[in-house]
Amino acid sequence: MAKFGKPDKARVEREPKEKPQKTPLRDKAFPMACLAPSLIGVLIFFIIPFIVIIYYSMVDNPISKDFVFLDNFVSILKNAAFRKAALNTLKFSLISVPLAVILGMALAMLLDSKIPFVSQFRASFLCPMMVPVASVVLIWQVIFHYNGTLNEIITKFGGERIDWLKSDKAMIVIAVLFLWKNLGYNMILFLSALNNISKDQLEVATLEGASGWYKLIHIKLRSLSPTIFFVGILSLINSFKVFREIYLLTGDYPYDSIYMLQHFMNNTFRTLDYQKLSAAAIIMAIVIIAILAVLFVAENKFGEDAE
Amino acid sequence: MTPDRNTAHKKARKKIHLKRRQQKILTVIMTVFAAAAAIIFLMPTILTIANSFMDSAEISANYGAVFSTTESGGKTYISEKINLKFIPDMVSFSQYYTVLFKSPDYLLKFWNSVILVVPIVIFQLIIAAFAAYGFARLKGRLKEIIFFVYIIVMLMPYQVTLVPNYLVSDKLGILNTRWAIILPAIFTPFSVFLLTKIMRRIPIALIEAAKLDGAGEMQIFRYIALPLCKSVMYSVVILVFIDYWNMVEQPLILLSDTSLYPLSVFLSQINSGEIGLAFAVASIYMIPTLLMFLYGEDYLVEGITYSGGIKG
Repeated sequence: MAKFGKPDKARVEREPKEKPQKTPLRDKAFPMACLAPSLIGVLIFFIIPFIVIIYYSMVDNPISKDFVFLDNFVSILKNAAFRKAALNTLKFSLISVPLAVILGMALAMLLDSKIPFVSQFRASFLCPMMVPVASVVLIWQVIFHYNGTLNEIITKFGGERIDWLKSDKAMIVIAVLFLWKNLGYNMILFLSALNNISKDQLEVATLEGASGWYKLIHIKLRSLSPTIFFVGILSLINSFKVFREIYLLTGDYPYDSIYMLQHFMNNTFRTLDYQKLSAAAIIMAIVIIAILAVLFVAENKFGEDAE
Repeated sequence: MTPDRNTAHKKARKKIHLKRRQQKILTVIMTVFAAAAAIIFLMPTILTIANSFMDSAEISANYGAVFSTTESGGKTYISEKINLKFIPDMVSFSQYYTVLFKSPDYLLKFWNSVILVVPIVIFQLIIAAFAAYGFARLKGRLKEIIFFVYIIVMLMPYQVTLVPNYLVSDKLGILNTRWAIILPAIFTPFSVFLLTKIMRRIPIALIEAAKLDGAGEMQIFRYIALPLCKSVMYSVVILVFIDYWNMVEQPLILLSDTSLYPLSVFLSQINSGEIGLAFAVASIYMIPTLLMFLYGEDYLVEGITYSGGIKG
């Protein structure tokens, strides 16, 4: 690398610049041009409208446009429906994202442990990605309905019927749906990361008499840590996306325990209450940025030594 | 050999033998476990396909108890029981016949899906590939900040971007047209994020060497960067395709003309009524995704070896 880097450096030094290490503008021009279309699109469709939303969140209504600063935020934070929705969403993400990461990793290690039919298993774990959402919802209804298959089995063994979707158990149903849908891909990501762990390192550890646990904790988990963060963030995105299924399964006003922020937003959108909606969107964005910042710091702390 | 040594030797061999046997039992247990998991994961796919071959009478006999909810919300039980059946009593193509020949509406919606999703996938891939290359080559604080903003946008649930989306479409005058869905989707940062991770692994030495050989910037992108990202690009295509092929929220909010709705929206609305048809439509709807998987599963598996977690 250094060998080929030399001519470039020499050229930079000849040209008078504030910082000698800076890449010359000519070298930057092409990458910048590459980035431009995407950046313009993101600005137009995401960033600028979001700034408009910040403005909306601070006026009392779009017509009179009286500046009320944080009033909308205060009223939304006092809103019982919003608080319930926020709490439910948080609860769901806190439960299902770590589970998606851990179980995905466990599945990957299972397939990595020299069992037969690996490629068949891999394909079947990926299968849920293919099934159209609507038909997933149909089947979930058949299984978890009050008269559904699962209750049938439970009563056969002498248990009590549970109204899965209309009780506190609804969160479990949604979490199972989420895991069923996303574990396959998470597993694939971990599997390819496991394949990248140097076999030499593992062999040396085995020769030196390291136990299975030692190898798992000190070698595998450590080199998997970047993947853990990556899968974590993908699962977080997907945990927001599971709303599509919840919505199709239970409609606008589901049972209390699975009333998510997305329901709240959807229902508010229908009443065209832009101020409320904008304030809610901004609060959500702030929370997500905070989560992301934590993940970044954590990655800096634990991720670096793995490479 | 002394007898003492001999027994020690035997003992050691016995130990190895025992260990091997333990290993074997463990493998069997794990295989059984994996198989059980695989069946659970496969079941809905198989059910969808199996049910599409049942005629409507059989479907309503099987699922009557779940789907016979009347308009008023009260339930009329046709049968108390639910039959989750994997093998139809009689293979019937009547559902497919209805979908394909009797109601052209379904085919029209299928076409709606295609003309929404195909441009999204193609243009998102092109724009993202360039952007990712840009991110991979640029350095400095500003680039890092922009990339962080991309990740934030990527993480936003659709319901947060819903209002911005609606506002922009309204301003640009594309509300109620397909562009209202296609344009924002093209610029979604998700694929930029995935591709940047792989583009960053292209050794700078390779690029410098190509430059010394007189390759232009565009040539470097076309002949060095792109081929190295081929399999990741394929997994991006699959992920983006699946996501938009199943879209429900966007059309409901951005399109008021129901004749523009993709099949995914339509499919989610025929649930309660003609569920027999729904399975047949779903099976047909699954075909493009299935083909992509069959063609590219290896890419999907190989392609995703990212180093580094969240940051590019």
